[in-house]
Amino acid sequence: MIGDWISSPEWQALALSARVAVWCTLIGLPIAVTLGWLLARKSFAGKKLVEALLPLPMVLPPVVPGYILLLLFGRYGWLGAPLYHYFGVSLAFHWSGAVLASLVVGFPLLIQPVRLSFQLIDPRLEQAARTLGAGPLKVFLTITLPLASPGILAGAVLAFSRSLGEFGATITFVGNVAGETRTLPLAIYSAIQQPGGEAMAMHLIVISIAASTIALFLSQFLSRKLQTGLGYQDHA
Amino acid sequence: MLELDLSWGRGRFALDVSARMTHRVTGLCGPSGSGKSTLLSLIAGLKKPDRGVIRFQGRTLVDTGKRFFLPPERRGIGLVFQDAQLFPHLSVKSNLLYGRRHRKVEERRFHFDDIVELLEIGHLLARRPNLLSGGEKQRVALGRALLFSPQLLLLDEPLASLDPQRKQQILPFLRRIRDDTGVPLLYVSHAEEEVAYLTEAVWWIRQGRLRANPSAPPATDRHGAPTPCAERPAKPGNEQSASGPHP
Repeated sequence: MIGDWISSPEWQALALSARVAVWCTLIGLPIAVTLGWLLARKSFAGKKLVEALLPLPMVLPPVVPGYILLLLFGRYGWLGAPLYHYFGVSLAFHWSGAVLASLVVGFPLLIQPVRLSFQLIDPRLEQAARTLGAGPLKVFLTITLPLASPGILAGAVLAFSRSLGEFGATITFVGNVAGETRTLPLAIYSAIQQPGGEAMAMHLIVISIAASTIALFLSQFLSRKLQTGLGYQDHA
Repeated sequence: MLELDLSWGRGRFALDVSARMTHRVTGLCGPSGSGKSTLLSLIAGLKKPDRGVIRFQGRTLVDTGKRFFLPPERRGIGLVFQDAQLFPHLSVKSNLLYGRRHRKVEERRFHFDDIVELLEIGHLLARRPNLLSGGEKQRVALGRALLFSPQLLLLDEPLASLDPQRKQQILPFLRRIRDDTGVPLLYVSHAEEEVAYLTEAVWWIRQGRLRANPSAPPATDRHGAPTPCAERPAKPGNEQSASGPHP
C-alpha cells in the first residue's frame, strides 16, 4: 500500500536520508561524548578557543562549511588528494560526503546537550564511586555515562533530525546526484525545480513531516523512559 | 593508626597538618571552612597533597617525596558525604552493593543482611534514592560504605544536613557502627557534642592547621594565641598519645 503511494525515487531519497542520518549520529556520538566530557570535566590548552568556535558551523550559512569541505576533501583538496591517492577514497559527490557535511553542521546541536548533561552531574557522585573501589573507567561507565544518557539521547535526536534536513552544506559539498547524494530535502528541491514536479514535492514534504514527527515523539518517549529509569522523576 | 604530615594549598587557603592519630575512633572538629573536608579528601585520595606523607596502619597511601600516590579506588577507605551522594539511577539495593562488587569474597567483612538489619533499611531496598528521606539516605550511604568493607571509614559531617530530630535518630546508628563493626572511624563535624558523643579522641582543626586535642600533652603552638576550641576543658578519658606539630 505504502509502496504504491511512494514512488521509487522517493523511496531512494528517503532511504538515503535515513542512512546518512544514522551514520552521522553513530559517528558523531562517540566524538561528542569524548569532547563533551573533556569540556565539562577537564581543563586543557585551547579549551576556551574550542568552546568559542564549537557553535560556528551552526551560525555560518551552511554553504560555507560545505564549500570548505569541498576545498579540503575534493579530489584535489588538501586532505582529499592524499586520501584518494593512498586509499582510493573520495568523499566528494559520494553519500559518505553527505554524512560528513551533516555531521559538521549538526555537531554543535549534538555536543551542547551532551556537554551540559556531563556538567550537571555532581562530581562528588563520581568521587563516591571512586571511594567504593571503582577505577576511573568503571566510574565513567557505571555512573557518569548512565546519568548523562538523557542528554546524550537528546543530542543524538537533534543531530539525527538536523542531518535529515541538511541541505546547504550537502548540496555544496557532494552535489545533487540522484541515488547517491540526493537526500530528502535535495529531492524536494529538485522536484520543485521541475515543471510538473509539485505532486512529487508534496509527497516528499508529507514524508519528511511524518519522519520528523515520528523522530520527535520517539525521542520524547525515550527520554521520559530514561529519566524515570534514572530516578529524576517519580514513578508515581 | 593514621599518620599525617602534609600541606595542601589553593589560592589563599592553606592546609598544614602534622598528626599521628592512634585511636580507633577519632573525631575531627573545627568551624566550617577550616579544611576538615579537604583533609578527608586527601586521606581518601580524592585530592593530592602538594607535599607530604599519609600512612594508614603502616601502609603508605601518599608520599610526594617518592612520587607515590595510591588512587582512591585502591585505598580501601570509605567516605560518607554530608549529603549521602547516593547514585540516583540505581535502586537502594544496587547502591548498597556498588562497592561490595569491587571486593573479593574473602575481603568482605560484613554480610549484606547484617548491615541491612543494623541500619534498619530492609524496607527501602527496592526504592530509588529520590524517594528516601534525608535520614534514610544517610543510613543507606553508611551501609554502602560499610559493605565496601573499608579499612577506615571517613564520615564527613554525616548529620549536618538533617534536622535535630533526624539527627537524634541517626546518632544511635553511628554508635552501632562504632561498637558492632570494628571499623576504624574518623568522624568530622563542626558540632562538638556529636564528636564528643561518638569518639574516643578529638582533634581540632582551625584555619587549615591541625592541633592535638587539649587533653594531650601540651603541644607547642607555633602560632601564638590558643584557639577558642583549645580552651575547652579536657574531658577525662580523652587521653591521646598524640604528637603535635612539634613533639
